[in-house]
Amino acid sequence: MKTFSFILSVLLSLSSNVFAEGDDITWNSTLKTQFFNGKSIEESNDTIDLEVPYRAEDPAIVPIKVTSKLAQSKEHYIKKIWLFVDKNPFPFVGEFEFFPESGKADLAMRVRVNTYSNIRAIAETNDGKFSMSKKFVKASGGCSAPIGANLDEAMSRLGKVKFRLDEGVTAGQASLAQLMISHPNLTGMQMDQITRFVRKSHFIDQLKVSFNDKPVLKAKIDIAISADPNFRFYFVPDRPGELKAEFSDLSCESPVSRDVCKNVGHYSQTYTVNP
Amino acid sequence: MKLLVCLSGLLLSFNCLAVPALNLSEVAPGVYMHQSNEHWPDRHNHGDIANIGFIVGAQCVAVIDSGGSPQQGMALRHAIQQITSTPICYVINTHVHPDHIYGNLAFKTAGVKFVGHHKLARAMASRAPHYLSRADEVLNIKVNQDHIIPPDIEVKDSLNLDLGNRIIRLTAHPAAHTDNDLSVFDQTTQTLWLADLLFLEHIPVIDGSLKGWLTELDKLEKQQYRLVIPGHGKPVSHWPLGMQAEKQYLSQLAQDIRSYIKNGKTLEQAVSSIGINNPNQWQLAEQFHRKNITIAFAELEWED
Repeated sequence: MKTFSFILSVLLSLSSNVFAEGDDITWNSTLKTQFFNGKSIEESNDTIDLEVPYRAEDPAIVPIKVTSKLAQSKEHYIKKIWLFVDKNPFPFVGEFEFFPESGKADLAMRVRVNTYSNIRAIAETNDGKFSMSKKFVKASGGCSAPIGANLDEAMSRLGKVKFRLDEGVTAGQASLAQLMISHPNLTGMQMDQITRFVRKSHFIDQLKVSFNDKPVLKAKIDIAISADPNFRFYFVPDRPGELKAEFSDLSCESPVSRDVCKNVGHYSQTYTVNP
Repeated sequence: MKLLVCLSGLLLSFNCLAVPALNLSEVAPGVYMHQSNEHWPDRHNHGDIANIGFIVGAQCVAVIDSGGSPQQGMALRHAIQQITSTPICYVINTHVHPDHIYGNLAFKTAGVKFVGHHKLARAMASRAPHYLSRADEVLNIKVNQDHIIPPDIEVKDSLNLDLGNRIIRLTAHPAAHTDNDLSVFDQTTQTLWLADLLFLEHIPVIDGSLKGWLTELDKLEKQQYRLVIPGHGKPVSHWPLGMQAEKQYLSQLAQDIRSYIKNGKTLEQAVSSIGINNPNQWQLAEQFHRKNITIAFAELEWED
């Protein structure tokens, strides 16, 4: 009897821990196989560290940040970072390719979180090793949260781009850039204000940033990216030149399947950098 | 049979006798208001946190917001029936938030028209599933889609309703507190029922547009009213003095965020650093201030 109640209390404490800190069910049952079939992934914050607010202030705008622990060099660099929000209807947030020229594989963005969930970042280094950093976030309703107060305004400036660079960009130094794209990034789970039907998803799916035609960042992204996508990343301006963002958007029939989609547009914007 | 219905109703929703009448006061002749003592919705107050009430004309009663739970809606209906035999013709929902609409079902009978902003139905449709899924846990109440009643009459700009020798004017506002704010002006008593466009005590909550809200406040500031009823806090008899605290909070927030954006600061930095000038003035700052910064930052970074 004593043993039984001991086991029971262990079970109870385990289950309450599971609820307090999020679980790995979706990761273990689906995502791991779907995206990293057979690869061994070390859980550690030694290669990258993921920062998220423990409690999201607004579930549709949750700022997250990946900090890399190694400088990008030709010999050793982070090739790719994947991001997932386990419990989102479509957990895949994006995959981001980096290059030795990126300087630093840091990455910040805003995401939608639909319910209490683990968020995880997985990095692949050029030696083929994978490591994962994960954090728990309390948020709910981020994917079905209504389209911003003024969709008409959002649609009219769709595709508009702003770059922001730190002052005093120095040649040859990894410099922080912020890329802002005006796009409602519709999830396909939000209601249209006129028709009252759910609007089809309509989101940026491909993004490429280059400096003087050399790649800085390449991303495949999805509906978990907040409206008006906002990315911060590094690049190395070795000499004056052009920072260029190219992206395309996609509209899909279902919020959770990418089988039936159609391309909507291609956009491109450059920004002159004088280090 | 009637007893049986009554009993099963009692079991399910305290439908028959168990709900006492709501505590109301007549804040202007024919204008009744229930002022809540609490601001934070929880399992004990079941969402009774907003100011709700009604206006009585010669032929019709217009309910303004039905309350934060089905029980509060019934308590309001009982209170109205105790005060007047005039029939209820309209239920006006000032916006989509649950503390203002969860009592709707208590009024759904033939002859009652629900009235709201032309964007209210859309907001209800897109938010209700999320609100409903949290009601049991957060408020300890049982609600479902039946409690979410979209307007029969949608207000696009403004609309006069005749309650019988008494005209009330409904105004649909551009996005401010939410994107579906409706205010009610009673010409007879010069009372403006501003609902959540005006917060007192409870920190203002942005769920629409900070810029839009400030624009509406500028317009309202120029008007004269004998009494203004906020969504949260005590009625205001000195206008526009009564809106200055809210205006200061919101305009300071806009100014601070704009300066952060101009200086290349991030959303995260704004959320962790922008404070409140008079923190003691507001309740629930911990729950809403950083959320306000987040929403307003995302709005203002695209304004130029």
